[in-house]
Amino acid sequence: MLSYDVVIIGGGPAGLAAAIAARESGCERVLVIERDDRLGGILNQCIHNGFGLHTFKEELTGPEYAARYEDRAHEVGVEFSLGSMVIDVSSDLVVHAVSQERGVYGVQAGAVVLAMGCRERPRGALAIPGYRPAGIYTAGTAQRLVNMEGQMPGREVVILGSGDIGLIMARRMTLEGAHVACVAELMPYSGGLKRNIVQCLDDYGIPLLLSHTVTRIEGRKRVEAVWIAKVDEQRRPIPGTEVRYACDTLMLSVGLLPENELSREAGVALSPVTRGPLVDESLQTSVPGVFACGNVLHVHDLVDYVSQEADAAGRCAAHYALGKRSPDVQEDGPAEAERVLLLEVESGVRYTVPSTIDPARMDERLTVRFRVDNVYRDRFVSVYVGDERIMHRKKRVLAPGEMEEVVLKRADLLERAHAERIVVKLEED
Amino acid sequence: MASDQYDVVIVGAGVSGCAVARELSRYEARVCVVERADDVCCGTSKANSAIVHAGFDAQAGSMMARLNVEGNKLMRELAEELNFALVPCGSLVVCTDAQTRPALEALLERGVANGVEGLRIVERDELVSMEPNVSDEAVCALWAPTGGIVDPFGLCVALAENAATNGVEFLFNAGVEGVERDDDEWLVRTKAGTLRTRCVVNAAGVYADELHNMVADKKMRIVARKGEYYLLDTTAFGHVRHTVFTLPTKMGKGVLVSPTVHGNVIVGPTATDVEDKESVDTTAAGLAEVVAKCGIAVRDVPLREVITTFAGLRAHEEHHDFIIGEVEGAPGFVDCAAIESPGLTSCPAIGRMVADIVRGICDLQERPADEIVRTRPGVVNLLATSREDWNDLVAKDPTYGNLVCRCCRVSEAQIVDALHRPIPATSIDAIKRRTGCTMGRCQGGFCTPKIMAIMERELGMAPTQITKCGPGSELLVQEGGE
Amino acid sequence: MAREERELICINCPLGCPLVVTLEDGVVQSVAGNTCKRGDAYGRKEVTSPTRIVTSSVPVDGSARDTMVSVKTATDIPKDKIFDVMRALEGVRLSAPVAIGDVVVADVAGTGVDVVATRRA
Repeated sequence: MLSYDVVIIGGGPAGLAAAIAARESGCERVLVIERDDRLGGILNQCIHNGFGLHTFKEELTGPEYAARYEDRAHEVGVEFSLGSMVIDVSSDLVVHAVSQERGVYGVQAGAVVLAMGCRERPRGALAIPGYRPAGIYTAGTAQRLVNMEGQMPGREVVILGSGDIGLIMARRMTLEGAHVACVAELMPYSGGLKRNIVQCLDDYGIPLLLSHTVTRIEGRKRVEAVWIAKVDEQRRPIPGTEVRYACDTLMLSVGLLPENELSREAGVALSPVTRGPLVDESLQTSVPGVFACGNVLHVHDLVDYVSQEADAAGRCAAHYALGKRSPDVQEDGPAEAERVLLLEVESGVRYTVPSTIDPARMDERLTVRFRVDNVYRDRFVSVYVGDERIMHRKKRVLAPGEMEEVVLKRADLLERAHAERIVVKLEED
Repeated sequence: MASDQYDVVIVGAGVSGCAVARELSRYEARVCVVERADDVCCGTSKANSAIVHAGFDAQAGSMMARLNVEGNKLMRELAEELNFALVPCGSLVVCTDAQTRPALEALLERGVANGVEGLRIVERDELVSMEPNVSDEAVCALWAPTGGIVDPFGLCVALAENAATNGVEFLFNAGVEGVERDDDEWLVRTKAGTLRTRCVVNAAGVYADELHNMVADKKMRIVARKGEYYLLDTTAFGHVRHTVFTLPTKMGKGVLVSPTVHGNVIVGPTATDVEDKESVDTTAAGLAEVVAKCGIAVRDVPLREVITTFAGLRAHEEHHDFIIGEVEGAPGFVDCAAIESPGLTSCPAIGRMVADIVRGICDLQERPADEIVRTRPGVVNLLATSREDWNDLVAKDPTYGNLVCRCCRVSEAQIVDALHRPIPATSIDAIKRRTGCTMGRCQGGFCTPKIMAIMERELGMAPTQITKCGPGSELLVQEGGE
Repeated sequence: MAREERELICINCPLGCPLVVTLEDGVVQSVAGNTCKRGDAYGRKEVTSPTRIVTSSVPVDGSARDTMVSVKTATDIPKDKIFDVMRALEGVRLSAPVAIGDVVVADVAGTGVDVVATRRA
């Protein structure tokens, strides 16, 4: 059986950054297994600009951002298996994949990095009443058809959900000559970035209907119309508010789900909130030697943060494979008693990544990412270690669509030796 | 025109029509199945509970009872011969109110009278050990070990393919517009041309009444009875181990919760009579009813794992029995009508019964046994293929190593196979019925563009010609065609 | 003297401040509603010379892998020229090999800006 120090499942932005980091951390043999016949993952179809502002201080398109990481990965000697679909990962770190060239093959890994990304929530998962005709597309599928296949999924479009892909596709379809009648959003706020609302909707006069949803789909063969109703505070359609929109296409941008089927089968414990693996300070899952990063861990809105997170996962996986503990911890330093702090969330915070921290094993500084559950203005992001508040930072605005972060210092956690938990929450003062 | 001269024309390519076609393919006869849709299995046969009923439901002495029990037995050998998925998981009818126990006992008696084997009542303790997620209110249940689940698409496609292999012709996109008597024969006028035939089999599902009424004095009325369902992701698989029915309570009839042969969990159906026989749309009220009722017999049904909802129409007739036989005053016109549940289970027996009737009418002779192929190779199922066998497949055809559908593990080779089988798939949904592609949790989000590319290459189609389910359901619009 | 007020939403951060820009004879007099300097600058630019980067994709021949190559305007162009750029891209076909940065259409729609490839093919 083939053997590698680190095997990375997925060659999108997360997988590429993790692979580069693993090589740069001293692993000789690093393999990326990618199901598509090209690297870059979803970035290949994200042809719009706006990627890399944090990483490269310039506005790149998705393919350009991917190309930079792809080039770097080649430079540092990462190996690739393209057109290979991973079919299972075992708890003893054997990865099985299948490809046309090699059939079913196994790879023994020193450490595995899960970087499979996410998928779109389909129409079926919303249980929208009506027919099941042609012309119902998730925004990402439509994006692939238009941008990569050069095909046109529809002319008269209604979009449900104001996630960023939906907003981007509203503009894209308009530029390609379609008419986008409206974007309906169930929530009273948009899940997309403000910039996308202005540049993808306002620029083209496309209305954003907040607190609205699709209540019915008409058309037996192809979509002929959808009905859109206003919803009340419990998100239930308000009778009598339905408006019929004649259209040939309903596009959905109603959420992304981390794709963790392989993880689940490998025995990785998943968070019911993120639907991604529960990870510790090294982004290691409940299965020793299996790490996770990017959208398979939790759905991100900026690729720059995916790259940062994957860099950390790649480094930690490399250290695991090489038998080291953590980048900053002296290998032969004093073995401290293991003390795992639980990261818990309260008022306003939905989840954190990671969900546990062992201060003895963490880097000197550790980024903890989280999302809030509603739109908040003028709140404090607070971090408590035990009963002691160690961070209290005012934010003008917090929204579910924007990932937040706090940076914890190892010293702060080591000092408070008796604390058992860390709490991240929002406070009014 | 001689080329349009048939011995038998079967109207409808659902499980009934296809079962009849397969049985008739054993005889010296020219047989054609005409179907209004672009493929087999497009009506009632495709949208139902996919259950192989044990046979305790139907009234003792009814045709339905007899054909159900017979069909249940035949289904097992049929699955072997024709290679479609059948899982004998058994079924439970759960009683959640001690006061209704007599009704459960009546069901047991009826089942015994119908000849159902192995029926018995299991008490709560045993029930809980058999079905750990049974509801807290469950008192006891009727256990039917001969109950099972089947792949309804696989069954229907298999029957049709085997019939086609043995010479039965299929005419799609051929909705029937009229049936007339002409001398001793029938003229069947379809959207795809007129066929002359000695015998007509009316297996037209919810439209069987319209067809019947074209030729019969005594009119028939088929009511479309809508059933709505939730289909849950494979992550929910195992929540129930058997098909779990609910014994009707004061609150009315419940819904069933069952594993499917594809590894999903199905929840439903509702039962609402509708005027429009095309209305296979789900409704807010229907879906809410499924949600409200699914917890009566099974607790914590993980509805949040839903991957799709759908509705199907049953062909209900007020007497609630199958109507099978030559129509009075219309010699050679044979009804195979009102085939509602348990029609899927009964279809092997229905096929035999109808074929016998037709054989008598047309005086058909059996073909030599060595001329007839009784078996059918199935489409490869990679989820049930070992690594070694999978490697052998890739060695023979590398495209078995190119996975197109990640949710249901379908490779390029299986899709190509589906496009070139005896009844070739010509649309995305037709490929789905043969391979499982697009049936999984992403509902075609990832694989649809890839399937389109394969269809383009294999069938020489322009992308804009590719449909979801036949003409009118094109996936794309013409470039620049405003 | 023509006095005009324009309402905008600032896109610099998630706050999304509602801006009111006051113009007199097309000259910005004031920006209100912003809570930082970036909002002021955005407001002034957006009412006087709004610009955008346009991205699209065009067909490519001779590539084993790709049907389309993604493209963009090398820098931002006036907002009112967006559809002119799209029209200029109609009928454009590339031939492999294509490198990132290759000029696809020079001086597109008279903007002085080139459309360049953003993908290798």
